[in-house]
Amino acid sequence: MIYSIEDLIKKIPNGAKIAVPSDYAGVAMEATREIIRQGISDLHLVGIPTSGLQSELLIGAGLVKTFESSALTLGEYNPPPRFNQAVKDGTIKLVDATCPAIHAALQASQKGLPFMPLRGIIGSDILTHHPDWKVIDNPFADNDPIVAIPAIRPDVALFHAPLADRNGNVWAGRRRELVNMTQASKTALITVEKITDTPLLEDETMAAGVIPDLYVGGVAHCPKGTWPLAFWQGDGEDSENLSQYRSMARSQEGFDQYLNEFVFKGGK
Amino acid sequence: MTIADEKKALICFIANLLKDCRHVAVGASSPIPGAAALLGKAAWNAPSHVNILGSTQHNFFTNGSVELFDCAAQGRIDAFFLGGGEIDGQANINLMGMGDYPNNAPRWPGTFGSAYLYYLVPKVILFREEHTRRVLVDKVNFISSPGTSEDNIYRTGGPYGLLTNKAFFRFDREARKFRLQSIHPSSSLEDILDNTGFEFDYSKDTPITPAPDAGLLNILETEVREKVREVYPQFAESVFAPTA
Repeated sequence: MIYSIEDLIKKIPNGAKIAVPSDYAGVAMEATREIIRQGISDLHLVGIPTSGLQSELLIGAGLVKTFESSALTLGEYNPPPRFNQAVKDGTIKLVDATCPAIHAALQASQKGLPFMPLRGIIGSDILTHHPDWKVIDNPFADNDPIVAIPAIRPDVALFHAPLADRNGNVWAGRRRELVNMTQASKTALITVEKITDTPLLEDETMAAGVIPDLYVGGVAHCPKGTWPLAFWQGDGEDSENLSQYRSMARSQEGFDQYLNEFVFKGGK
Repeated sequence: MTIADEKKALICFIANLLKDCRHVAVGASSPIPGAAALLGKAAWNAPSHVNILGSTQHNFFTNGSVELFDCAAQGRIDAFFLGGGEIDGQANINLMGMGDYPNNAPRWPGTFGSAYLYYLVPKVILFREEHTRRVLVDKVNFISSPGTSEDNIYRTGGPYGLLTNKAFFRFDREARKFRLQSIHPSSSLEDILDNTGFEFDYSKDTPITPAPDAGLLNILETEVREKVREVYPQFAESVFAPTA
C-alpha cells in the first residue's frame, strides 16, 4: 500500500481523468512534478471545485487534453500565464462549470446515480456551453425548471493529506471534499506528510476523518508534498517561489526554465 | 488619501453593510470583503459567523467545500461577495473573459460558485475596485451569472449593490437598474458619469460617502490585521504598515 512517489505515479496511465483539489485543500505538488518527470500525457483534469498551480504546471508542460472545473486561479499570483496562453491558442479543451455543479457531479458518482439536480445556473452562459448539462422539469412541481448535472467518475483522485497508516487508511479530517473525490473516483493516489504505525481506525476521535483503505489505490510518504503551495496541516506558502513562478512563466522559455530548475532539477 | 487608506475605507464601508447579517461567507481572492467581514465580527459580532474560503482558522465548516453551497441553498448564508471582469447595468457579471468563448483572450479564472450563490444568497454585494468603462459596461461579453431571472426560476437571492473605488450603487431588482447611492470623497458625479459604461439612476445632490469611523479603523489596524495576514499575506503586506 505504501509506494515510492515514482511507483505511485506510475499507476496513472496516459489519458487518465484525474480529480484534483483546490489550492487550499492539499494539492499533491510533488506528485504533480513526478507526473511531469514521467511525461504522463493527454490528461483530463477535474478541479474540485477549482484548480490552480497544479493544473497551470501540467498545462504548461503540454500534458493536458481537457480541463474541467469552475476556475483556474493562482489567487494572489493571478493571472496563470500558461493556462491563459493555452486557452487563447485553443490547445486544451475546456469544460467550464460552477463549483456546486462539480460537487453535485461527484456526489452523483458517490451514490451511483446518473445525475443530480441543482438550483441556480439557468440564465448563465456556462449552461449554454456545457456539453452535458440539461434543464429538466421538477417532476414534483409545476413550471419549475431545474438543471440536471450528470455524474463525473474520475479514474483517479490525487491529493496530499496529513497522515496515513501502514494499511493505507488516510486521515483527511474535515476536508470532506477529499472524501467526496475519493469515493467518486475509481481509485485514489494520495501523498501524505506522515505515516503512523498506529492503525487510524482504532482511535474513534480520528475515525470520522478517515478515508478507509478500501477506496485507496496507493499512498506515498512525501513530507512537504504541497510545496510551494500552503498546506492546511503544515507549512504556509513559499511566496518567493510563487512570485518567481509568476515572473518566469510569462514566456514558454521562462516556464521551461522553471521546470528545469524546480521539477527536473537540472536533470532532464 | 493614500491607496492603503482608500482600501481601509472600503473595508470599513463594507463592514457597515454587514451589520444585519449573522453569517457572511467570502470567496476566493477577496481580501477587502474578507477583511470587512472579520472587522464587523471584531467590532460588533455582526456577522457572528464568518467563513473565508481558503482559510483554516476562519472557517467553521466541517463538511468540506460543498457545505458553503448547501448552506446557501438552505438560506443559511446572509451575505456574499461577487466581482467580475465586467459588470453590466442589469447586474450581470462576467468572470470568464473577453473575446469569444472558449478561446477567450484575456481569459479570467472562471465562474467559481457565482452561477449558484448569486441566485441563493439574499444580499450579494458586487465589489470591484476599478471603476472604468472597461469594467462597468452596458452589456457583459459573457454572462457567468445573471443579475436577475425570469419569474419561474427559483431565486431567493441576488444583487444588493455595487461598490467601487469611486461610488456605491444600490440595485433595484424590480426596475433591474442601479441607483447611485453615494460618491466617495476622491470622486464626483461628473467623474462617475464619465467612467460608467451603463445607465443608472441618480440625483444631482447624491451624498458623499462618509469617512470611516476612527474607532472602526483602529480595530482594523490592531485586532483584525493579523487575521487578515493569515488569509491574504500579500494584501496585508501592501495595506498595513509593518509591525515594530
